[in-house]
Amino acid sequence: MSAIAIADGVFREKPEPTLIGGRHRESGRIVFPCPEGKALWEAVDLPRQGTLWSWTVQRFRPKSPPYAGPEDFEPFAIGYVELPGAIIVEARLANVAFDALTIGMPMQLAVVPFSIDANGNEVRIYAFAPAGGE
Amino acid sequence: MQGVYIIGIGIHPFGRTDGLSGLQQGAYAARQALADAGLEWADMQFGFGGSDSAGNADTIVNELGLTGLPFINVKNGCATGGSALIGSWQAIASGQHDVGIAIGFDKHPRGAFNAMPAEYNLPDWYGEAGFMVTTQFFAMKLQRYMALHGISPASLGRVAEKAFRNAVHADHAWRRSPTDMDTIMNSQMVSDPLTKYMFCSPAEGGVALILASAKKARELGRDQVRIKAAVIRTRPPGSFEVFAPSMDIERGGAPTLLASSAAFEMAGIGPEDIDVAQLQDTESGAEIMHMAENGFCRDGEQEEWLANGWTNIDGKLPVNTDGGCLACGEPIGASGLRQVYENAVQLRGLGGGRQVRGTVRTAYSHVYGAPGISGVTILER
Repeated sequence: MSAIAIADGVFREKPEPTLIGGRHRESGRIVFPCPEGKALWEAVDLPRQGTLWSWTVQRFRPKSPPYAGPEDFEPFAIGYVELPGAIIVEARLANVAFDALTIGMPMQLAVVPFSIDANGNEVRIYAFAPAGGE
Repeated sequence: MQGVYIIGIGIHPFGRTDGLSGLQQGAYAARQALADAGLEWADMQFGFGGSDSAGNADTIVNELGLTGLPFINVKNGCATGGSALIGSWQAIASGQHDVGIAIGFDKHPRGAFNAMPAEYNLPDWYGEAGFMVTTQFFAMKLQRYMALHGISPASLGRVAEKAFRNAVHADHAWRRSPTDMDTIMNSQMVSDPLTKYMFCSPAEGGVALILASAKKARELGRDQVRIKAAVIRTRPPGSFEVFAPSMDIERGGAPTLLASSAAFEMAGIGPEDIDVAQLQDTESGAEIMHMAENGFCRDGEQEEWLANGWTNIDGKLPVNTDGGCLACGEPIGASGLRQVYENAVQLRGLGGGRQVRGTVRTAYSHVYGAPGISGVTILER
Protein backbone atom coordinates (compact mmCIF):
# COMPACT_ATOMS: atom_id res chain seq x y z
CA MET A 1 0.00 0.00 0.00
CA SER A 2 1.22 3.47 -0.79
CA ALA A 3 0.00 7.02 -0.29
CA ILE A 4 -1.41 8.89 -3.29
CA ALA A 5 -2.85 12.38 -3.75
CA ILE A 6 -6.60 12.74 -4.48
CA ALA A 7 -5.54 14.41 -7.74
CA ASP A 8 -2.35 15.41 -9.52
CA GLY A 9 -1.30 19.03 -9.76
CA VAL A 10 -3.48 20.26 -6.91
CA PHE A 11 -0.99 20.15 -4.03
CA ARG A 12 2.45 18.84 -3.01
CA GLU A 13 3.04 17.13 0.28
CA LYS A 14 6.84 17.37 0.39
CA PRO A 15 9.09 18.98 1.36
CA GLU A 16 6.26 21.04 2.82
CA PRO A 17 2.50 20.87 2.19
CA THR A 18 1.81 23.38 -0.60
CA LEU A 19 -1.27 24.21 -2.65
CA ILE A 20 -0.73 24.85 -6.35
CA GLY A 21 -2.79 27.72 -7.72
CA GLY A 22 -2.84 29.36 -11.11
CA ARG A 23 -1.76 32.91 -11.95
CA HIS A 24 -3.16 34.63 -15.02
CA ARG A 25 -0.20 35.70 -17.14
CA GLU A 26 -1.82 39.00 -18.13
CA SER A 27 -4.01 40.13 -15.24
CA GLY A 28 -2.04 38.51 -12.40
CA ARG A 29 -5.28 37.16 -10.92
CA ILE A 30 -4.80 34.02 -8.83
CA VAL A 31 -7.21 31.09 -8.80
CA PHE A 32 -7.27 27.59 -7.30
CA PRO A 33 -6.95 24.99 -8.66
CA CYS A 34 -4.75 25.95 -11.63
CA PRO A 35 -6.85 25.69 -14.82
CA GLU A 36 -5.61 22.76 -16.88
CA GLY A 37 -4.35 22.99 -20.41
CA LYS A 38 -4.70 26.74 -20.70
CA ALA A 39 -1.63 28.67 -21.82
CA LEU A 40 -2.77 31.85 -20.10
CA TRP A 41 -2.36 30.36 -16.61
CA GLU A 42 0.93 29.49 -14.92
CA ALA A 43 1.18 27.28 -11.84
CA VAL A 44 2.06 29.15 -8.66
CA ASP A 45 2.63 28.02 -5.05
CA LEU A 46 0.06 29.52 -2.68
CA PRO A 47 0.86 30.86 0.81
CA ARG A 48 0.78 28.09 3.42
CA GLN A 49 -0.79 30.14 6.20
CA GLY A 50 -3.94 32.18 6.44
CA THR A 51 -7.02 32.92 8.51
CA LEU A 52 -10.38 31.18 8.65
CA TRP A 53 -12.89 33.15 6.53
CA SER A 54 -15.94 30.94 7.15
CA TRP A 55 -16.71 27.33 8.04
CA THR A 56 -19.37 24.67 8.49
CA VAL A 57 -19.56 20.98 9.34
CA GLN A 58 -20.70 18.38 6.82
CA ARG A 59 -22.96 16.32 9.09
CA PHE A 60 -24.42 13.86 6.56
CA ARG A 61 -22.67 11.68 4.00
CA PRO A 62 -22.69 13.47 0.62
CA LYS A 63 -24.31 11.55 -2.23
CA SER A 64 -22.15 9.12 -4.22
CA PRO A 65 -21.37 9.79 -6.95
CA PRO A 66 -19.62 12.11 -6.84
CA TYR A 67 -18.48 11.67 -3.20
CA ALA A 68 -15.71 9.06 -2.88
CA GLY A 69 -15.04 9.17 0.85
CA PRO A 70 -15.33 6.20 3.23
CA GLU A 71 -18.71 4.41 3.41
CA ASP A 72 -18.40 4.60 7.16
CA PHE A 73 -19.11 8.31 7.43
CA GLU A 74 -17.72 10.66 10.04
CA PRO A 75 -18.78 14.35 9.98
CA PHE A 76 -16.00 16.65 8.80
CA ALA A 77 -15.42 20.39 8.95
CA ILE A 78 -14.85 22.47 5.84
CA GLY A 79 -14.16 26.14 5.43
CA TYR A 80 -12.73 28.97 3.41
CA VAL A 81 -9.26 30.18 4.40
CA GLU A 82 -7.97 33.58 3.35
CA LEU A 83 -4.36 33.39 2.19
CA PRO A 84 -3.04 36.96 2.51
CA GLY A 85 -2.20 38.67 -0.74
CA ALA A 86 -3.37 35.73 -2.81
CA ILE A 87 -6.82 34.18 -2.59
CA ILE A 88 -9.51 32.61 -0.42
CA VAL A 89 -9.51 28.79 -0.79
CA GLU A 90 -12.05 26.14 0.17
CA ALA A 91 -10.67 23.20 2.13
CA ARG A 92 -11.27 20.55 4.71
CA LEU A 93 -10.40 21.61 8.25
CA ALA A 94 -8.35 19.12 10.26
CA ASN A 95 -7.01 18.63 13.78
CA VAL A 96 -9.58 20.95 15.33
CA ALA A 97 -12.70 20.40 17.43
CA PHE A 98 -15.87 21.65 15.71
CA ASP A 99 -16.70 23.91 18.65
CA ALA A 100 -13.24 25.50 18.51
CA LEU A 101 -13.73 26.84 14.97
CA THR A 102 -13.81 30.64 14.91
CA ILE A 103 -13.74 33.02 11.98
CA GLY A 104 -10.37 34.80 11.93
CA MET A 105 -8.36 32.01 13.60
CA PRO A 106 -4.87 31.41 12.12
CA MET A 107 -4.68 28.30 9.93
CA GLN A 108 -1.89 26.35 8.30
CA LEU A 109 -1.90 23.94 5.36
CA ALA A 110 -1.59 20.22 6.04
CA VAL A 111 -2.05 17.04 4.02
CA VAL A 112 -4.22 14.41 5.70
CA PRO A 113 -5.71 10.96 5.00
CA PHE A 114 -8.98 11.01 3.00
CA SER A 115 -9.83 7.36 2.25
CA ILE A 116 -8.47 3.99 1.16
CA ASP A 117 -9.00 3.31 -2.55
CA ALA A 118 -9.92 -0.01 -4.23
CA ASN A 119 -6.25 -0.95 -4.55
CA GLY A 120 -5.56 -0.41 -0.87
CA ASN A 121 -3.75 2.91 -1.39
CA GLU A 122 -4.19 5.66 1.16
CA VAL A 123 -5.70 8.66 -0.67
CA ARG A 124 -4.52 11.97 0.80
CA ILE A 125 -6.06 15.43 0.59
CA TYR A 126 -5.10 18.98 1.49
CA ALA A 127 -6.63 20.55 4.59
CA PHE A 128 -6.09 23.45 6.93
CA ALA A 129 -5.36 22.97 10.61
CA PRO A 130 -4.97 25.54 13.39
CA ALA A 131 -1.56 27.21 13.03
CA GLY A 132 1.01 26.42 15.68
CA GLY A 133 -0.82 23.36 16.98
CA GLU A 134 0.09 19.79 16.24
CA MET B 1 -45.07 49.44 -23.76
CA GLN B 2 -48.58 48.57 -22.66
CA GLY B 3 -49.53 47.56 -19.11
CA VAL B 4 -49.63 43.84 -18.30
CA TYR B 5 -51.97 42.21 -15.78
CA ILE B 6 -52.14 38.84 -14.10
CA ILE B 7 -55.73 37.77 -14.74
CA GLY B 8 -55.65 34.12 -13.70
CA ILE B 9 -53.67 32.09 -11.19
CA GLY B 10 -53.40 28.36 -10.57
CA ILE B 11 -51.28 26.08 -8.45
CA HIS B 12 -50.85 22.36 -7.88
CA PRO B 13 -50.10 21.78 -4.19
CA PHE B 14 -46.37 21.55 -3.46
CA GLY B 15 -44.80 18.55 -1.75
CA ARG B 16 -44.96 14.95 -2.93
CA THR B 17 -47.64 13.73 -5.35
CA ASP B 18 -47.01 10.13 -6.31
CA GLY B 19 -48.74 9.17 -9.54
CA LEU B 20 -48.59 12.62 -11.15
CA SER B 21 -45.63 13.70 -13.26
CA GLY B 22 -44.24 17.20 -12.92
CA LEU B 23 -45.78 18.07 -16.27
CA GLN B 24 -49.20 16.84 -15.14
CA GLN B 25 -48.92 19.04 -12.07
CA GLY B 26 -48.15 21.94 -14.39
CA ALA B 27 -51.23 21.09 -16.49
CA TYR B 28 -53.35 20.98 -13.32
CA ALA B 29 -52.16 24.47 -12.44
CA ALA B 30 -52.82 25.68 -15.99
CA ARG B 31 -56.43 24.41 -15.94
CA GLN B 32 -56.98 26.11 -12.60
CA ALA B 33 -55.52 29.39 -13.87
CA LEU B 34 -57.67 29.27 -17.00
CA ALA B 35 -60.81 28.65 -14.93
CA ASP B 36 -59.81 31.52 -12.64
CA ALA B 37 -59.48 33.84 -15.65
CA GLY B 38 -62.69 32.54 -17.23
CA LEU B 39 -60.81 31.52 -20.37
CA GLU B 40 -60.10 28.37 -22.38
CA TRP B 41 -56.75 26.88 -23.40
CA ALA B 42 -57.73 27.78 -26.98
CA ASP B 43 -57.74 31.46 -25.95
CA MET B 44 -54.02 31.35 -25.17
CA GLN B 45 -52.06 33.15 -27.89
CA PHE B 46 -48.68 31.94 -26.57
CA GLY B 47 -46.99 30.15 -23.70
CA PHE B 48 -43.66 30.25 -21.88
CA GLY B 49 -42.77 27.51 -19.44
CA GLY B 50 -40.14 25.28 -17.97
CA SER B 51 -38.89 22.83 -15.41
CA ASP B 52 -35.42 22.04 -14.16
CA SER B 53 -35.72 18.25 -14.02
CA ALA B 54 -39.22 17.30 -15.15
CA GLY B 55 -38.93 17.61 -18.89
CA ASN B 56 -39.81 20.05 -21.64
CA ALA B 57 -42.77 22.29 -20.88
CA ASP B 58 -44.02 22.47 -24.46
CA THR B 59 -45.17 18.85 -24.29
CA ILE B 60 -47.95 20.26 -22.09
CA VAL B 61 -49.93 20.75 -25.31
CA ASN B 62 -50.56 16.99 -25.20
CA GLU B 63 -52.36 17.52 -21.91
CA LEU B 64 -54.13 20.78 -22.67
CA GLY B 65 -54.84 20.77 -26.39
CA LEU B 66 -53.12 20.91 -29.77
CA THR B 67 -54.11 24.46 -30.57
CA GLY B 68 -50.90 25.24 -32.44
CA LEU B 69 -49.90 28.04 -30.10
CA PRO B 70 -46.24 29.13 -29.96
CA PHE B 71 -44.75 27.71 -26.77
CA ILE B 72 -41.21 28.61 -25.65
CA ASN B 73 -39.32 26.28 -23.30
CA VAL B 74 -37.38 28.00 -20.55
CA LYS B 75 -34.53 26.40 -18.61
CA ASN B 76 -32.88 28.89 -16.32
CA GLY B 77 -32.23 27.16 -12.99
CA CYS B 78 -33.98 28.75 -10.06
CA ALA B 79 -35.06 31.62 -12.30
CA THR B 80 -36.96 29.32 -14.69
CA GLY B 81 -40.40 30.48 -13.52
CA GLY B 82 -39.31 34.10 -13.35
CA SER B 83 -37.89 33.87 -16.84
CA ALA B 84 -41.15 32.39 -18.17
CA LEU B 85 -42.95 35.32 -16.58
CA ILE B 86 -40.58 37.83 -18.16
CA GLY B 87 -41.00 36.25 -21.57
CA SER B 88 -44.79 36.36 -21.24
CA TRP B 89 -44.74 39.89 -19.95
CA GLN B 90 -42.60 41.09 -22.85
CA ALA B 91 -44.82 39.30 -25.39
CA ILE B 92 -47.76 41.37 -24.16
CA ALA B 93 -45.99 44.62 -23.20
CA SER B 94 -44.57 44.79 -26.73
CA GLY B 95 -48.09 44.73 -28.13
CA GLN B 96 -47.51 41.47 -30.00
CA HIS B 97 -50.11 39.52 -28.01
CA ASP B 98 -53.08 40.17 -25.73
CA VAL B 99 -53.19 37.08 -23.57
CA GLY B 100 -50.93 34.12 -22.77
CA ILE B 101 -49.70 31.76 -20.11
CA ALA B 102 -46.55 31.29 -18.01
CA ILE B 103 -46.05 27.84 -16.49
CA GLY B 104 -43.46 26.39 -14.13
CA PHE B 105 -43.37 22.88 -12.67
CA ASP B 106 -40.92 20.35 -11.30
CA LYS B 107 -40.44 17.00 -9.64
CA HIS B 108 -37.15 16.19 -7.89
CA PRO B 109 -35.90 13.01 -6.20
CA ARG B 110 -35.81 12.99 -2.41
CA GLY B 111 -32.78 14.24 -0.50
CA ALA B 112 -30.29 16.98 -1.25
CA PHE B 113 -29.67 17.90 -4.88
CA ASN B 114 -26.63 15.94 -6.10
CA ALA B 115 -24.72 17.93 -8.62
CA MET B 116 -21.82 16.52 -10.63
CA PRO B 117 -18.58 18.49 -11.02
CA ALA B 118 -18.50 18.32 -14.83
CA GLU B 119 -21.84 20.14 -15.02
CA TYR B 120 -20.14 23.09 -13.35
CA ASN B 121 -16.82 22.93 -15.16
CA LEU B 122 -15.09 21.61 -12.06
CA PRO B 123 -12.55 18.78 -11.79
CA ASP B 124 -13.83 15.37 -10.65
CA TRP B 125 -11.73 15.39 -7.45
CA TYR B 126 -13.77 18.37 -6.19
CA GLY B 127 -16.86 16.17 -6.03
CA GLU B 128 -14.98 13.08 -4.81
CA ALA B 129 -13.66 15.13 -1.88
CA GLY B 130 -17.19 16.02 -0.73
CA PHE B 131 -17.41 19.67 -1.79
CA MET B 132 -20.34 19.30 -4.26
CA VAL B 133 -22.95 19.88 -1.57
CA THR B 134 -25.11 23.00 -1.85
CA THR B 135 -25.92 23.06 1.87
CA GLN B 136 -22.24 23.73 2.62
CA PHE B 137 -22.33 26.94 0.60
CA PHE B 138 -25.50 28.23 2.26
CA ALA B 139 -24.09 27.44 5.69
CA MET B 140 -20.75 29.13 5.03
CA LYS B 141 -22.25 32.26 3.49
CA LEU B 142 -24.52 32.50 6.51
CA GLN B 143 -21.86 31.67 9.11
CA ARG B 144 -19.74 34.61 7.97
CA TYR B 145 -22.74 36.93 7.68
CA MET B 146 -23.83 36.10 11.25
CA ALA B 147 -20.32 36.79 12.58
CA LEU B 148 -19.99 40.09 10.72
CA HIS B 149 -23.47 41.42 11.47
CA GLY B 150 -24.40 39.98 14.85
CA ILE B 151 -27.18 37.62 13.80
CA SER B 152 -28.04 35.03 16.49
CA PRO B 153 -29.04 31.38 15.99
CA ALA B 154 -32.40 32.27 17.59
CA SER B 155 -33.16 34.50 14.59
CA LEU B 156 -32.69 31.49 12.30
CA GLY B 157 -35.20 29.62 14.43
CA ARG B 158 -37.70 32.49 14.32
CA VAL B 159 -37.69 32.50 10.52
CA ALA B 160 -38.49 28.78 10.38
CA GLU B 161 -41.12 29.06 13.11
CA LYS B 162 -42.86 31.84 11.15
CA ALA B 163 -42.75 29.81 7.94
CA PHE B 164 -44.53 26.81 9.45
CA ARG B 165 -47.01 29.06 11.29
CA ASN B 166 -47.95 30.85 8.04
CA ALA B 167 -48.19 27.61 6.06
CA VAL B 168 -50.96 26.32 8.30
CA HIS B 169 -53.22 28.69 6.33
CA ALA B 170 -51.84 27.94 2.84
CA ASP B 171 -53.61 25.10 1.02
CA HIS B 172 -50.76 24.72 -1.43
CA ALA B 173 -48.01 24.41 1.22
CA TRP B 174 -46.31 21.09 2.03
CA ARG B 175 -45.36 21.27 5.70
CA ARG B 176 -48.41 22.69 7.43
CA SER B 177 -47.88 21.77 11.07
CA PRO B 178 -46.86 24.55 13.45
CA THR B 179 -43.38 23.79 14.79
CA ASP B 180 -42.08 25.46 17.94
CA MET B 181 -38.69 27.07 18.54
CA ASP B 182 -37.40 24.25 20.76
CA THR B 183 -38.12 21.64 18.10
CA ILE B 184 -36.50 23.75 15.38
CA MET B 185 -33.41 24.69 17.41
CA ASN B 186 -32.86 21.16 18.76
CA SER B 187 -33.51 19.24 15.56
CA GLN B 188 -30.66 17.46 13.82
CA MET B 189 -27.78 19.75 12.80
CA VAL B 190 -27.38 19.47 9.01
CA SER B 191 -24.67 21.98 8.23
CA ASP B 192 -23.72 24.28 11.09
CA PRO B 193 -25.39 26.64 12.03
CA LEU B 194 -28.44 25.24 10.21
CA THR B 195 -30.66 22.49 11.60
CA LYS B 196 -33.01 20.22 9.66
CA TYR B 197 -36.04 22.50 10.08
CA MET B 198 -34.07 25.51 8.82
CA PHE B 199 -33.58 24.01 5.33
CA CYS B 200 -36.12 23.62 2.56
CA SER B 201 -36.31 20.31 0.69
CA PRO B 202 -36.44 19.54 -3.02
CA ALA B 203 -40.10 18.93 -3.84
CA GLU B 204 -42.78 18.84 -6.54
CA GLY B 205 -45.41 21.26 -7.73
CA GLY B 206 -46.73 23.41 -10.54
CA VAL B 207 -47.84 27.00 -10.99
CA ALA B 208 -49.48 28.80 -13.91
CA LEU B 209 -50.28 32.46 -14.45
CA ILE B 210 -52.46 33.94 -17.20
CA LEU B 211 -51.22 37.34 -18.34
CA ALA B 212 -53.17 39.86 -20.39
CA SER B 213 -52.93 43.36 -21.80
CA ALA B 214 -54.72 46.21 -19.99
CA LYS B 215 -57.43 46.23 -22.65
CA LYS B 216 -58.07 42.50 -22.39
CA ALA B 217 -57.94 42.57 -18.60
CA ARG B 218 -60.56 45.34 -18.47
CA GLU B 219 -62.80 43.49 -20.92
CA LEU B 220 -62.72 40.51 -18.61
CA GLY B 221 -63.10 42.63 -15.47
CA ARG B 222 -59.79 41.23 -14.20
CA ASP B 223 -57.61 44.35 -14.09
CA GLN B 224 -56.64 44.16 -10.41
CA VAL B 225 -53.09 42.81 -10.39
CA ARG B 226 -50.58 44.66 -12.53
CA ILE B 227 -46.95 43.69 -13.17
CA LYS B 228 -44.85 46.77 -12.40
CA ALA B 229 -41.45 45.13 -12.76
CA ALA B 230 -39.97 41.77 -13.71
CA VAL B 231 -36.21 41.37 -13.99
CA ILE B 232 -33.51 38.73 -13.72
CA ARG B 233 -29.80 39.33 -13.24
CA THR B 234 -26.70 37.15 -13.25
CA ARG B 235 -23.80 37.55 -10.83
CA PRO B 236 -21.34 40.45 -10.77
CA PRO B 237 -17.58 40.03 -10.09
CA GLY B 238 -16.75 39.03 -6.52
CA SER B 239 -20.13 37.54 -5.59
CA PHE B 240 -19.96 34.47 -3.32
CA GLU B 241 -21.61 31.53 -5.07
CA VAL B 242 -22.09 27.81 -4.71
CA PHE B 243 -19.30 25.36 -5.72
CA ALA B 244 -16.35 27.76 -5.52
CA PRO B 245 -12.98 26.04 -4.86
CA SER B 246 -11.53 29.52 -4.46
CA MET B 247 -12.50 33.16 -4.64
CA ASP B 248 -10.90 36.58 -4.82
CA ILE B 249 -10.02 38.29 -1.55
CA GLU B 250 -11.67 41.44 -2.82
CA ARG B 251 -15.38 40.70 -2.39
CA GLY B 252 -18.03 42.23 -4.64
CA GLY B 253 -21.80 42.48 -5.03
CA ALA B 254 -24.48 39.86 -5.47
CA PRO B 255 -26.98 39.10 -8.24
CA THR B 256 -29.83 39.95 -5.87
CA LEU B 257 -28.48 43.49 -5.36
CA LEU B 258 -28.55 44.01 -9.13
CA ALA B 259 -32.00 42.48 -9.67
CA SER B 260 -33.54 44.33 -6.74
CA SER B 261 -32.31 47.78 -7.66
CA ALA B 262 -33.28 47.26 -11.32
CA ALA B 263 -36.79 46.18 -10.32
CA PHE B 264 -37.31 49.13 -7.98
CA GLU B 265 -36.11 51.49 -10.69
CA MET B 266 -38.47 49.91 -13.23
CA ALA B 267 -41.41 50.14 -10.82
CA GLY B 268 -40.56 53.69 -9.77
CA ILE B 269 -40.93 52.86 -6.07
CA GLY B 270 -38.62 51.90 -3.21
CA PRO B 271 -38.42 49.19 -0.54
CA GLU B 272 -40.35 51.39 1.91
CA ASP B 273 -43.36 51.26 -0.45
CA ILE B 274 -43.70 47.46 -0.41
CA ASP B 275 -46.62 45.95 1.58
CA VAL B 276 -45.72 42.23 1.38
CA ALA B 277 -42.64 40.32 0.22
CA GLN B 278 -41.79 36.75 -0.77
CA LEU B 279 -38.02 36.28 -0.42
CA GLN B 280 -35.91 33.26 -1.39
CA ASP B 281 -35.59 31.16 1.78
CA THR B 282 -33.61 28.10 0.71
CA GLU B 283 -32.70 28.11 4.38
CA SER B 284 -33.61 30.41 7.28
CA GLY B 285 -30.47 32.48 6.94
CA ALA B 286 -31.13 33.12 3.26
CA GLU B 287 -34.36 34.94 4.14
CA ILE B 288 -32.42 37.02 6.68
CA MET B 289 -29.62 37.92 4.27
CA HIS B 290 -32.10 38.60 1.47
CA MET B 291 -34.04 41.06 3.64
CA ALA B 292 -30.95 43.27 3.46
CA GLU B 293 -29.85 42.39 -0.09
CA ASN B 294 -33.30 43.45 -1.35
CA GLY B 295 -33.09 46.75 0.52
CA PHE B 296 -35.73 46.21 3.21
CA CYS B 297 -33.30 46.76 6.10
CA ARG B 298 -29.61 47.24 6.74
CA ASP B 299 -27.22 44.38 7.49
CA GLY B 300 -27.67 43.37 11.13
CA GLU B 301 -31.04 45.03 11.66
CA GLN B 302 -32.77 41.68 10.98
CA GLU B 303 -32.03 40.72 14.58
CA GLU B 304 -34.35 43.49 15.81
CA TRP B 305 -36.88 42.87 13.02
CA LEU B 306 -37.28 39.20 13.92
CA ALA B 307 -37.29 39.72 17.69
CA ASN B 308 -40.16 42.18 17.17
CA GLY B 309 -42.06 40.03 14.68
CA TRP B 310 -41.93 42.71 11.97
CA THR B 311 -41.96 40.09 9.20
CA ASN B 312 -44.97 38.24 10.64
CA ILE B 313 -48.35 38.38 8.86
CA ASP B 314 -49.34 41.27 11.15
CA GLY B 315 -45.92 42.95 11.05
CA LYS B 316 -44.81 46.02 9.15
CA LEU B 317 -43.46 43.94 6.25
CA PRO B 318 -44.90 40.41 6.14
CA VAL B 319 -42.37 38.05 4.50
CA ASN B 320 -43.13 34.64 2.99
CA THR B 321 -46.81 34.65 3.85
CA ASP B 322 -47.40 31.10 2.55
CA GLY B 323 -44.41 29.67 4.41
CA GLY B 324 -41.97 30.15 1.56
CA CYS B 325 -39.61 27.42 0.41
CA LEU B 326 -39.16 26.27 4.01
CA ALA B 327 -42.79 25.12 4.20
CA CYS B 328 -43.59 24.61 0.50
CA GLY B 329 -40.37 22.87 -0.54
CA GLU B 330 -38.51 23.79 -3.68
CA PRO B 331 -39.56 22.47 -7.07
CA ILE B 332 -36.99 24.61 -8.89
CA GLY B 333 -39.03 25.37 -12.00
CA ALA B 334 -42.16 26.31 -10.05
CA SER B 335 -40.76 28.07 -7.02
CA GLY B 336 -40.47 31.59 -8.42
CA LEU B 337 -43.99 31.50 -9.85
CA ARG B 338 -45.34 30.28 -6.49
CA GLN B 339 -44.11 33.53 -4.99
CA VAL B 340 -45.92 35.53 -7.67
CA TYR B 341 -49.04 33.39 -7.19
CA GLU B 342 -48.97 34.13 -3.47
CA ASN B 343 -48.52 37.85 -4.11
CA ALA B 344 -51.51 37.84 -6.46
CA VAL B 345 -53.57 36.10 -3.74
CA GLN B 346 -52.52 38.78 -1.24
CA LEU B 347 -53.29 41.66 -3.62
CA ARG B 348 -56.75 40.22 -4.26
CA GLY B 349 -57.32 39.87 -0.50
CA LEU B 350 -57.96 36.12 -0.76
CA GLY B 351 -55.31 34.91 1.69
CA GLY B 352 -57.80 33.82 4.37
CA GLY B 353 -55.94 33.05 7.59
CA ARG B 354 -52.68 34.24 6.07
CA GLN B 355 -54.07 37.44 4.50
CA VAL B 356 -52.00 40.52 5.32
CA ARG B 357 -53.99 43.04 7.36
CA GLY B 358 -55.14 46.28 5.77
CA THR B 359 -54.91 47.24 2.14
CA VAL B 360 -52.20 45.47 0.17
CA ARG B 361 -51.20 47.62 -2.78
CA THR B 362 -47.69 46.43 -3.62
CA ALA B 363 -46.11 42.99 -3.49
CA TYR B 364 -42.47 41.97 -4.05
CA SER B 365 -41.01 38.58 -4.94
CA HIS B 366 -37.39 37.43 -5.13
CA VAL B 367 -35.69 34.21 -6.20
CA TYR B 368 -32.02 33.35 -5.98
CA GLY B 369 -30.12 30.25 -7.03
CA ALA B 370 -27.10 28.58 -8.57
CA PRO B 371 -24.86 29.54 -10.24
CA GLY B 372 -25.57 33.10 -9.13
CA ILE B 373 -28.86 34.23 -10.64
CA SER B 374 -31.65 36.28 -9.15
CA GLY B 375 -35.14 37.29 -10.26
CA VAL B 376 -37.39 39.98 -8.82
CA THR B 377 -40.97 40.94 -9.63
CA ILE B 378 -43.08 43.76 -8.25
CA LEU B 379 -46.86 43.63 -8.52
CA GLU B 380 -49.29 46.44 -7.79
CA ARG B 381 -52.99 46.60 -7.24
